[in-house]
Amino acid sequence: MISAVISLGGIGLGAAIILGLAAKKFAVEVDPKEEAILEVLPGANCGACGYPGCGGFAKAVVAGEADPSSCTPGGKSVLEKIAEIMGVEAVAAEPTVAVVICQGDNQKAQDKYRYLGIKTCASAQMLAGGPKACPGGCLGFGDCVAACPFGAIEITAEGLAVIDREKCTGCKKCVSVCPRKVIIMTPKSATVHVLCNSHDKGPAVKKYCQVGCIGCMLCKKNAEEVYAVDNFLAHVTYDTYDHEKAKAGMEKCPTKCIRDFAEGYPEGSTFQS
Amino acid sequence: MELKTFRGGLHPPDNKKWSEKKAIEVCPLAEGDELVIHLSQHIGAPAEACVKKGDLVKKGQVIGTPKGFVSVPIHASTSGEVIAVEPRIATAGTMLPAVVIKADGEDAWDEGLVGGDPETMTPDEIKDKIKDAGIVGMGGATFPTHVKLSPPEDKKIEYLILNGVECEPYLTADDRLMLEDPDSIVEGILILKKVLGVDKAIIGIEANKPDAIETMTKACAGKGVEVGALKVQYPQGAEKQLIYALTGREVPSGGLPMDCGVVVQNVGTAAAVNDAVRKGIPLIERIATVSGAAIAEPKNLRIKIGQPLSKLVEFCGGIKGELGKVIQGGPMMGMAAVSLDVPATRGTSGLLLFTEDQVLKEPEGPCVRCGNCVRACPAFILPTEIAYMSRKGMIDEAEKLNAMDCIECGCCTYICPARIPLIQSLRQAKGAILAKRRKV
Amino acid sequence: MEKTLYLSSSPHVHEGGTTSQAMRAVIIALLPCVGVWFFSFGLQSIVVMLLCILGCVGGEAACQKIMGKPLTIADGSAAMTGILLAFNIPPNSGWWMALLGGIVAVVLGKQVFGGLGYNSFNPALVGRTVLLISFPVQMTTWVMPRTHEITSATPLSEIKMAVGLHGAIPDELKAQLGSVLMGGFGGQLGVISGFALMLGGAYLLYRKIITWHIPATFIGSAFVLSSILWMVDSSKYASPVFHLFTGGLLLGAFFMATDWVTTPITPKGMLIFGTGCGVLTILIRIFGGYPEGVAFSILLMNAATPVIDRITVPKKFGLVPEKG
Repeated sequence: MISAVISLGGIGLGAAIILGLAAKKFAVEVDPKEEAILEVLPGANCGACGYPGCGGFAKAVVAGEADPSSCTPGGKSVLEKIAEIMGVEAVAAEPTVAVVICQGDNQKAQDKYRYLGIKTCASAQMLAGGPKACPGGCLGFGDCVAACPFGAIEITAEGLAVIDREKCTGCKKCVSVCPRKVIIMTPKSATVHVLCNSHDKGPAVKKYCQVGCIGCMLCKKNAEEVYAVDNFLAHVTYDTYDHEKAKAGMEKCPTKCIRDFAEGYPEGSTFQS
Repeated sequence: MELKTFRGGLHPPDNKKWSEKKAIEVCPLAEGDELVIHLSQHIGAPAEACVKKGDLVKKGQVIGTPKGFVSVPIHASTSGEVIAVEPRIATAGTMLPAVVIKADGEDAWDEGLVGGDPETMTPDEIKDKIKDAGIVGMGGATFPTHVKLSPPEDKKIEYLILNGVECEPYLTADDRLMLEDPDSIVEGILILKKVLGVDKAIIGIEANKPDAIETMTKACAGKGVEVGALKVQYPQGAEKQLIYALTGREVPSGGLPMDCGVVVQNVGTAAAVNDAVRKGIPLIERIATVSGAAIAEPKNLRIKIGQPLSKLVEFCGGIKGELGKVIQGGPMMGMAAVSLDVPATRGTSGLLLFTEDQVLKEPEGPCVRCGNCVRACPAFILPTEIAYMSRKGMIDEAEKLNAMDCIECGCCTYICPARIPLIQSLRQAKGAILAKRRKV
Repeated sequence: MEKTLYLSSSPHVHEGGTTSQAMRAVIIALLPCVGVWFFSFGLQSIVVMLLCILGCVGGEAACQKIMGKPLTIADGSAAMTGILLAFNIPPNSGWWMALLGGIVAVVLGKQVFGGLGYNSFNPALVGRTVLLISFPVQMTTWVMPRTHEITSATPLSEIKMAVGLHGAIPDELKAQLGSVLMGGFGGQLGVISGFALMLGGAYLLYRKIITWHIPATFIGSAFVLSSILWMVDSSKYASPVFHLFTGGLLLGAFFMATDWVTTPITPKGMLIFGTGCGVLTILIRIFGGYPEGVAFSILLMNAATPVIDRITVPKKFGLVPEKG
């Protein structure tokens, strides 16, 4: 019994000494500021800041390379905390949110073929340019949903991707993963958007979608500063955004492809404005 | 006769009975018909149009000139007026540049087409004639033939293998060609032998075509060409498997048949070479099988390059029942088309019309690790593992598992009980690996 | 409006088989043995089997409902697990043990891993092992075939005890063991069930559900190892034929070591797996603490399956340098 106590105790003591020495010898110097910043970051490792994960961002901020406001998911609260730690002034960047510029779900837009295969947008797109007749419209298989670290995107029952403006942190992961490039970044303050991504001429668009932009330019004619039409597709010029003017242009749209998200999300979405 | 074969593969029902007894018929071309001839119908650089809207062209006239060595010219399939030079929809659903000709009904030949005597021509002269005629691999791969016949100096070629296997179900075009015009094929083989400087030529034919084996054996007698009968196994006609079955040589991974001293050509290509060299006729027609449960009268047709598939369907009695899928090529490796309004190309070896019921709609289940795909794979890779890596975006791992050795034959997907679209994932893996290699 | 065409990647044809069809084939292959089971042990054994199936199917359904996943009980895999589990527990087991075993087999052995295709261990054996360790007495209380007498002696446990006590197999036991082959011992059915299992195995081979690799190497290596031992000292070690027909070796070789999900997919890997199972079975039976080794040997080899698959990746076509 004594021998067991001594031998086990001896092993334990020996291990403790070795570990203690190792902890001292192989200790990694960490700037306490870096640790403090890491504590306040959201921890999603989404990469919106452009650095490898929250750890990479914390390191870059301490090194003076990164702008503290780059952490868009963190928003104002995180920015203020980082500024406090670093002893600098908090200069906030304009918050941005992602918007899916399409309303063509399977009730409103037609397919050019019936797709059978792997149910991802990327896979469907590789087969004859995707099942949707519209070359720019949302395919609805949810690659964006899978990519969003914040659960801010849903696919409606009719197969349209919609992004929750409150949950979206502007990390841009959905933008990079969408094979149709139908998601764009917009300033959060702008709530009126042209929800169409097709540059096809009006008659062609009308054939395959009830709510597509036909390039009639009525929005622009009624609100010169806020809309631009580029190759039969209108879009809001966010640099010169004016809410009243944007709404005025929206009223004139014959296909109702322009929407004010402050009044409601696209049909079929469960999100509330 | 001992039947040779390779390891792996499987045996789908061959469904050749619908058309194997039907003699080749010419699909008619009427005055006013539109032919849409794409400028890229081959592997390599697309041709450049050398005609413009309003030009009058004759049958066999060059309408597109080749760009670079790995490219071939494009010819008018009939006489008529060029009504447009613009992008038109191709099988893959994309818009590609094409020359659109409205037939004048005369079908008048270009006067400038002259034949030659291969006995007196040099190999280089013969190759030039083959290139000028726009000959590409007629098995469906459409690789420029003159390039295949020009291996680098250090690659010594010992065997010329002719692919008369036609292992894809439903297709009987090569079978009928061998039965109806064996001499043209053999003459073409002799020309190819001369160009390559080989004395061993073997025609591989699957044992389900006993008449073709007999006919070709008779036609080859005493000409230095043999016939090799092969076991009925898919994909017996895949280049690497065919070479192994007939010569016992394995094409090195990542390499080409010339790396083991072999060149393979389809029997239809051999016949086209014969026409080009002796008569100066360019590649403006080909044989295609029209079959499937949704076509009223399956047939083997001689079609003009550029004829819309709808015309072929019309000539075969039209659609029967509810049309579900249109396939260009065979059912194992062919491409599904977005509509029947796409034109036939130099690679259209078959047109299959499947009914709604024939379309596979079973939902996908999880992989249950049954190992069927591993046993069926003729390239000896692990399809289910590579597909898994591909779907997870783990491209480096997919590369390590030899994804690039996949020949996309479809055996794995054919036999998968969980109905996983393995080939779709494998193709994506290969594409991602190539994209990655280009970046580095 | 005219319907659009279907588009998919090639190939556009399929052999026609589905996972459910394969599961059903395995259940059919098990039916001969179920018949022998019923004939030897009576109605109670079938009730136990049905309760096992109920536990498995019910457990799977409950799990999938709770996890919010679509129900897949119709694919037959849970039912198959139930039948295999029933063969692994005494036919006179209590209803609660059968149900519990079924639920544990499917929940712990399959659902927590992610469902069909994701589990590492054979679910039926997971269920049996959990029952064995939790209820050792009940799991070793068997009945005599046909007379239905309760007994805790199985041929293998008898041998282990005798060898442990006397260092050799006594002659009377040897004489009794002769009747083992005709099913004269508690706990198992002898050569008749063995043939029923081989019949089922042949059916699976014919339907191409399994290949010869695993059964052949499992049975072969067990036979070879037990032969060597028997030739060295036949007083201590039982004959290879005896080993073949006892302890569910044939059931394991044809139906459990060939379970798709938990075994290697490469042909070489299957050979390694089968050999490992056979060798381990004999080693555990002779030198291990338990009289019976099939279940443990298969579970141990299941753990090695991912590694086996990794090291037996086939040599790709075209690795041979050019000849000539």
